Amino acid sequence: MKNRIIDTDVLIIGGGTAGCFAGITLGKKKDLDVLIVEKANIVRSGCLAAGVNAINAYITKGRVPQDYVDYCKKDADGIVREDLLLSMSERLNHVTKVMEDLGLVILKDENGDYVARGNRNIKINGENIKPILADAVKKQDNVTVINHLNITDFIVENNEIKGAYGFDVNDAVFYEINAKAVLVATGGAAGLYRPNNPGFSRHKMWYPPFNTGAGYAMGINAGAEMTTFEMRFIALRCKDTIAPTGTIAQGVPAKQLNSNGEVYENKYGLTTSQRLYGTVTENREGRGPCYLGTKGISKEQEEDLYKAYLNMAPSQTLKWLEAAGGPSEENVEIEGTEPYIVGGHTASGYWVDNNRETTIHGLFAAGDVAGGCPQKYVTGALAEGEIAAQAIAERLEGSGKGFVVNEVADSELSQNAFAKKSEYERFLNNKQGLVDIEQTEEAMQKIMDQYAGGISTDYQYNEARLELADEKIKFLEQSIDNLAAQDADDLLRIYEIRERLTVCRSVIAHLKARKETRWHSFAENMDYPAKSDDWLKYVNSRKENGEIKIIIRDLVRGGDSYEHSDK
Amino acid sequence: MSIQINKLKCVGCGKCVEACPGNLIKKDTDGKAFIKHVKDCWGCTSCLKECRFEAINFFLGADVGGKGSTLSFRQNGSINTWTVTSPDGTVKTLEVNRQESNKY
Repeated sequence: MKNRIIDTDVLIIGGGTAGCFAGITLGKKKDLDVLIVEKANIVRSGCLAAGVNAINAYITKGRVPQDYVDYCKKDADGIVREDLLLSMSERLNHVTKVMEDLGLVILKDENGDYVARGNRNIKINGENIKPILADAVKKQDNVTVINHLNITDFIVENNEIKGAYGFDVNDAVFYEINAKAVLVATGGAAGLYRPNNPGFSRHKMWYPPFNTGAGYAMGINAGAEMTTFEMRFIALRCKDTIAPTGTIAQGVPAKQLNSNGEVYENKYGLTTSQRLYGTVTENREGRGPCYLGTKGISKEQEEDLYKAYLNMAPSQTLKWLEAAGGPSEENVEIEGTEPYIVGGHTASGYWVDNNRETTIHGLFAAGDVAGGCPQKYVTGALAEGEIAAQAIAERLEGSGKGFVVNEVADSELSQNAFAKKSEYERFLNNKQGLVDIEQTEEAMQKIMDQYAGGISTDYQYNEARLELADEKIKFLEQSIDNLAAQDADDLLRIYEIRERLTVCRSVIAHLKARKETRWHSFAENMDYPAKSDDWLKYVNSRKENGEIKIIIRDLVRGGDSYEHSDK
Repeated sequence: MSIQINKLKCVGCGKCVEACPGNLIKKDTDGKAFIKHVKDCWGCTSCLKECRFEAINFFLGADVGGKGSTLSFRQNGSINTWTVTSPDGTVKTLEVNRQESNKY
C-alpha cells in the first residue's frame, strides 16, 4: 500500500445530502480549503441515488416552524431535542429555495406558490436531485472531492478531532487526512438485521444498503456520546420491492386494509410506529395480508403512479407492469421492513449541541448520523449540513492554511498511522479461512433478527434474548480479525461489516436500557410492554474501555437549549 | 433484482463503474464493465442513467416478483424514456418529463 497524507482546513466525510450541502455552504468561505471524501461517487451516492418523490419537511402556507417541531415531538412520543428540531425547522424553506435555484423542479400554482401535498410536503420532480447537488459542489473552487475513498477511523487526541484514516477502495492506497474541523455525514445504518428479501434481492431494501453505519461506528469507537439508538426505524413499504407507500397513501389517496377489506389504520393510531404496528398486529392475529386499497383508481391515476415511481423507485413500476394487473386492478400489498438506525427518521445518532458539534471537540455531525432530530428527511439534512458548515466557518475564521497532498514512505508515518495501515494490510495478507465475509454478514443479520427484535419475532425482544444477541455479536466482532481480503474491494466489505457489528452492539445496549415500550415495533420490549413516564428521558451511551456505558439524560424541552457542559 | 450489462453495446467508458453508489461494477479484463456483486444491487438505476449507450438493463429477481422482463432507460433532453421489454418481446414505454413535477 502507498501512503498519502493530506492536510486540509475542513474534512467532510460522506458526500451525500448533508455533506454536499455543507460543501456548497463552505464554498462561500474562500479562505478555507474543504475536502469532501466519499466512498462511492457524489454524483449518485447516498439516500438520493434513485431520486426522491417529494419534499417531506416543509413549512407550508399558514404554518410556522414550531408546528413542525410539535409534529415530530408527537410522532416520537416526546423523545426528541426540541432545540435541534426548531433550528432545523426554521431553515427548511430556505434550503428548499436554494435547491430550486440550483435547478430542482418544484410544482407551483397559478400564484407562484409551491403546491402542497398534505400539511408538510411539497411536490417536486426529484429524480436528479443528487446530480444537482453534486454539480453545485463541483463549482466551488475551494472544495476538493475525492471519490472512492473509504474512511474507517477518526484521529482524536485529548478528545479533540485531528482528522481521519482511510483507504482507496480501488487501489489500496492508505490515507491520513489532517483537518482542523471534521463534519461526519456518512448516513445511517442498513443491513444490521436480516432483510425482507434475504436471497437474490437481499439489497432490495428501504435504506441504501451501502450506508453501513461508518459514521456511528467511528464515533462510538472514538468515545463520542450517542443518543436514542433504541428508537429503530422500520418502514411500512410495498411488499417485495420495498418501495415507498406514502406516494400511494397520500397521493391517490388509499387506506390501509386487511384481508377482510376492513380499514384498520384508525384502530392503532396514526403515528409512524403505530401505522406499522397496526399492520404487524393484523398479520399476527390472522387478518393479513395487508394492503393499500388502490383497486378502482382510474387508469390516469395508475399511469401517474407509474411515472412517480420511476422518479424514485423504478422497481415498483417494473413490478406493476410485470404483474397481471396494475394498482387499479389489484390492491398493493404492504409489509414492514427490517429495522434500521437512521437519525433522519428517528432520533438515533450523535449527541450534538445546537451547532451540531458532537462531544468530540471540532467534530460535527449532520444528516442521518446526527441524533435528537427526527423526521428531518432531505430538507432537514440539508439544513443541518448548513448549520454545521456555518459553525465550522465561524470557528476557523481567519485560520485557513490550505490544501496539501504528500506521498510519503512508511518511515515518515506516525506510530498511530502506521498501526492503522498495518491493520488494513493484515486483512490483505490473511489466508482465506472457512469463514468468509458473506457468512459473517449472514450470521450478524440472523442474530439481530432472532435475538434483537427483527422481522421474524414481529420486532419484539426481551432481556434474555438481547443478552444472547450481545454475546454472539461480540464473538463475531472478535472473529473479524481473521477475514481475508484479496483486494481493496474486499477490504471495503470487511470494514462495512466491522462498522455494522460496532453499531449492533450499541443498538443492543440501548434496547436493553430503555425499560418500557414507548414506540410499538420500533422498540417493543416484552419484559416491559407498557409505556412509563419515568422514561421521559434520553438513553445515551459512550464507549469506555471497550464497554458501552449507558447515560440517562433529562429531556431538553421547548424553550431550552442544550450546551455541552465542558465548553 | 439487479442489472445486466450488454458487452456488445458497452464501450468501456467506465461511467457506470464511477457512479455505482455501492462500488459494485468493475472493469473486466477486456476493458468492459461487469457487475461483480450481482446480489448487492440496490436498484437505484444510477448506472442506466450514466450509460449513453443503453448497454445496461435492470430486472427484478424472481424472489421479488420478477418474470424476466427488463427495464431500460434513455434520456433525450428533458425526457426520460423508460422501456419495459417482456420475455415474449412485448414492449411498453413510459415517458417522464424532468421539468414536470410528480402529480403525487
